[in-house]
Amino acid sequence: MTTPLVEMKDISISFGGIKAVDHVSVDLKPGEVVGLLGHNGAGKSTLIKILSGAYAMDTGEIRINGEKATINNPRDARTYNIETIYQTLALADNLDAASNLFLGRELVSSMGFVDDDAMEAETRKIMARLNPNFKKFKDPVSALSGGQRQSVAIARAVYFNARILIMDEPTAALGPHETQMVSELIQQLKAEGIGIFLISHDIHDVMELCDRASVMKNGKLVGTVDVADVTDDDLLGMIILGKKPGES
Amino acid sequence: MEDQAKSMMDKLGLDARLLGMIGALVVIWLVFGFFTDWRFLSPRNFFNVSVQTASVAVMATGMVFVIVTRNIDLSVGSLLGFIGMTVAALQVQWLPSMLGLGHPMIWVIAVIAAVLMGAFLGAIQGWVIGYLTVPAFIVTLGGFLVYRGAMWWVTKGQTQAPLDPVFRLLGGGAEGTLGETLSWVFGTIAALVAVGIMLLSRRRKATHGFTVKPVWAEGILMAMAAGLIIAFVWIMNSYPIPRGAMRRMTEARGIEYTDGMVWNHGIAIPVVILLAVTIVMTIIATRTRFGRYVYATGGNPEAASLSGIDTRLLTVKVFALMGALTGIASIIASARLNAVDVGLGTLDELRVIAAAVIGGTALSGGAGTIYGAVIGALIMQSLQSGMASVGVDAPLQNIVVGFVLVLAVWIDIVYRRRAGV
Repeated sequence: MTTPLVEMKDISISFGGIKAVDHVSVDLKPGEVVGLLGHNGAGKSTLIKILSGAYAMDTGEIRINGEKATINNPRDARTYNIETIYQTLALADNLDAASNLFLGRELVSSMGFVDDDAMEAETRKIMARLNPNFKKFKDPVSALSGGQRQSVAIARAVYFNARILIMDEPTAALGPHETQMVSELIQQLKAEGIGIFLISHDIHDVMELCDRASVMKNGKLVGTVDVADVTDDDLLGMIILGKKPGES
Repeated sequence: MEDQAKSMMDKLGLDARLLGMIGALVVIWLVFGFFTDWRFLSPRNFFNVSVQTASVAVMATGMVFVIVTRNIDLSVGSLLGFIGMTVAALQVQWLPSMLGLGHPMIWVIAVIAAVLMGAFLGAIQGWVIGYLTVPAFIVTLGGFLVYRGAMWWVTKGQTQAPLDPVFRLLGGGAEGTLGETLSWVFGTIAALVAVGIMLLSRRRKATHGFTVKPVWAEGILMAMAAGLIIAFVWIMNSYPIPRGAMRRMTEARGIEYTDGMVWNHGIAIPVVILLAVTIVMTIIATRTRFGRYVYATGGNPEAASLSGIDTRLLTVKVFALMGALTGIASIIASARLNAVDVGLGTLDELRVIAAAVIGGTALSGGAGTIYGAVIGALIMQSLQSGMASVGVDAPLQNIVVGFVLVLAVWIDIVYRRRAGV
């Protein structure tokens, strides 16, 4: 059996006495897509923000490639090749696509100055692959459409050779055509051996794209199932009633 | 016709806001020129306005970063006074008693002390804002009171004068300029550098295969940049030094003064300092990681911290930089007056904020340029000098400046809404 890429064991975090994540364990293997499901406020986003370094967990353990990992901030997460596409996209609206793509990891010239031209050239290359229609390289991202903004956020995660990718509702703001593009991208990244946590509301997305699904309710893990073994209704039952398939 | 003009502007790549500000400046100059028999447009007046603008403009470049990161600094006027008084006491009382009166290191120590003191006090304010999360408005309102009070305690309210003779040159005046020859050298080098930078940028863009501006557009821009610099030097070099100062200066240099002799001022040293600050701050804003993080944090603080930017430390740095620039401004202001009384810097915080805001810095954060703030300061100073020269009373001057500030921000809001940015 291969070593899991990520193991999050017995993770807990509270905010002001409310247990947002309560002793949850999930794992992710190379080339696998694991869906995280649950209502709003179930704790999915919070759990994932612990892995991406935005929140520090109260108790628990994270292992990357079987080794204990210390992730205290987003920089730490990036050193483990964990990249995140946030639901809010986390773009600085006043900056252009290249500045956002390289935010925190700017390309610099030999003199140590930010090299905007080199960053724009790299951005043009990756956009030609991800979204060939993307042309607005000079405009601030506030001037872009929802789909274009999404592709900037995706490009940022993909460009830096992520090995672990977290996607929080990646298709929520997209039209059908762009959603299809994201699906194809996920398949392609999976084939390259990247592990993906996919947070979604949409059961059909999960059934189509994921290998396994972990369902959360009220901060607790209801269970993790192989998608091939369950039906839509089984997953719905887990989300709404918080019971595993087969339980009465 | 209109479309043609618009496409030409597009090709030149000048933004409408910059053109609007320059247009407003020219209108102000022409109106006051008309009402003063064109005295307002004399080399003498341009020289004076340039010197008077320097102190506020230096601080305004720092205020851009403060406001871009969604903060405010109400303490800069008081801090300028506190630093000015401390550094004046250093020159008038403390250092002469330690090193001896007229020691050549006095002005150097005074300058370093001013900048360090500003950076240190700014960093403390930034730390309280960033790490203890007290709103900037409150922290700097506290600083506004604390520094003004502390200023009094330095000398128990005593005015400090006269300042060190070399230090005094940093404030301008007949002696405090580059002089004619050096001004031409300075202007020529500046024009060449400006053209060189534009050529280099063009070549770099071409090697990446980006579309570049048409050659004629680039040529016009280069000619404009070089022309503006040379025109400025020419104006400064057309303002003769008054006879009294000439006698003093010729004597100091061991030259015999004769009646027909004419020396011109050239560029004032505070203006050279302002230009240096403007260039350095522009490089920081557009070409360094720190500058990029300032704008990213202003645009979306959450995105910035998710990208691994330490926004708390960034706040400390921004306020430390603001403090250091206030130190430089304090040097210029006190050297120009050759004395520091307890009123130095009063209301400067409002002039500085107004300059940054008139220059297009958005109080909502994320947007603002260094050159905009400097032009904003120049507009404010032109208005005040102009009103003074046509004999408008001081209270009415304040009323007009107040209205202009609100009007400028309203125009900016309308512009942003139309441009959709």
